[in-house]
Amino acid sequence: MSEPGTGPSGPERRDPPSPEIERMLRTALRPIEPPDSLSGRVEETLSAVTEAAAEELSAWAEELSESELAALRDPRNWVRPVAAAAVGGIAGGALVLVEMRRRKRSTGFAALADSVRSRTE
Amino acid sequence: MAERAQTSIPTGAAKAEMDAAFEQLYRDRLRDVYSYSYYRVGNHHDAEDLTEQAFLQAYRHFERARRESDGRPLRPWLIRIAHNLASNYHRDKARKPQSPLDNSDPIAAPHGTERIVEGREELKHLMANLENLPDDRRDALIMRFALGMDNREIARALGRTDGATKVLIHRAIKQLEQEMAADE
Repeated sequence: MSEPGTGPSGPERRDPPSPEIERMLRTALRPIEPPDSLSGRVEETLSAVTEAAAEELSAWAEELSESELAALRDPRNWVRPVAAAAVGGIAGGALVLVEMRRRKRSTGFAALADSVRSRTE
Repeated sequence: MAERAQTSIPTGAAKAEMDAAFEQLYRDRLRDVYSYSYYRVGNHHDAEDLTEQAFLQAYRHFERARRESDGRPLRPWLIRIAHNLASNYHRDKARKPQSPLDNSDPIAAPHGTERIVEGREELKHLMANLENLPDDRRDALIMRFALGMDNREIARALGRTDGATKVLIHRAIKQLEQEMAADE
């Protein structure tokens, strides 16, 4: 990522670029004012995103009673969901493996052979 | 309704403060993100899309960025988001074959240099050479001259060291100067 020759005694020290090219760059690369419509568009999108997030949070919290919220805050109750997530993850992984093996079996010549076999049986 | 909002969002005050800070960043930096996007994609239509996407991504990660910025300005982080989006834009465009309809679209023309430099031949020449620079050199010059970023900010936006960025910019200007001289 770094450019070679970054030392202060490199050729850059002895050979500075002309100020003229920097002046031209400043003139050519002027900041571009965004169109007025863009400002409104971005604000609308951001408002929609924040409202959707707030509504989702609100609906989620409203579904839970006080006792459920208190139970959720208790770390002793985190074991079961974590275990469930782990079991779910393992099951999901197993499904993916089965699917991958199935696909591996049923591609290219293997798929053609399977198809021929099923028709002749 | 207010009661509902208070109970449903426990960090309401913190979120309001975060939203206000983001709004300030948005107002302060909209022109920077737009300018950078425009110089990277060369047309207003795609620059608008990129700017919108950049601010959406920034909003999603704003809280963490603030936490990790340690009080430093967030402009380099924001420009880095725009930089990555512009890179994705060019990568996707290179992969996707253009249809005749795409080719006939006037806003899809690369770099509207005519509009930027308003017919001044010398500057048009400069912009043409700028487009031919290696990506990192061109991007650093856009950040320096169009956005007025200093070496440290550019280094953070490009994920380089300050020293490497200083050399990168110097070499970019020197290359541009040599190519301009060679063309004369």
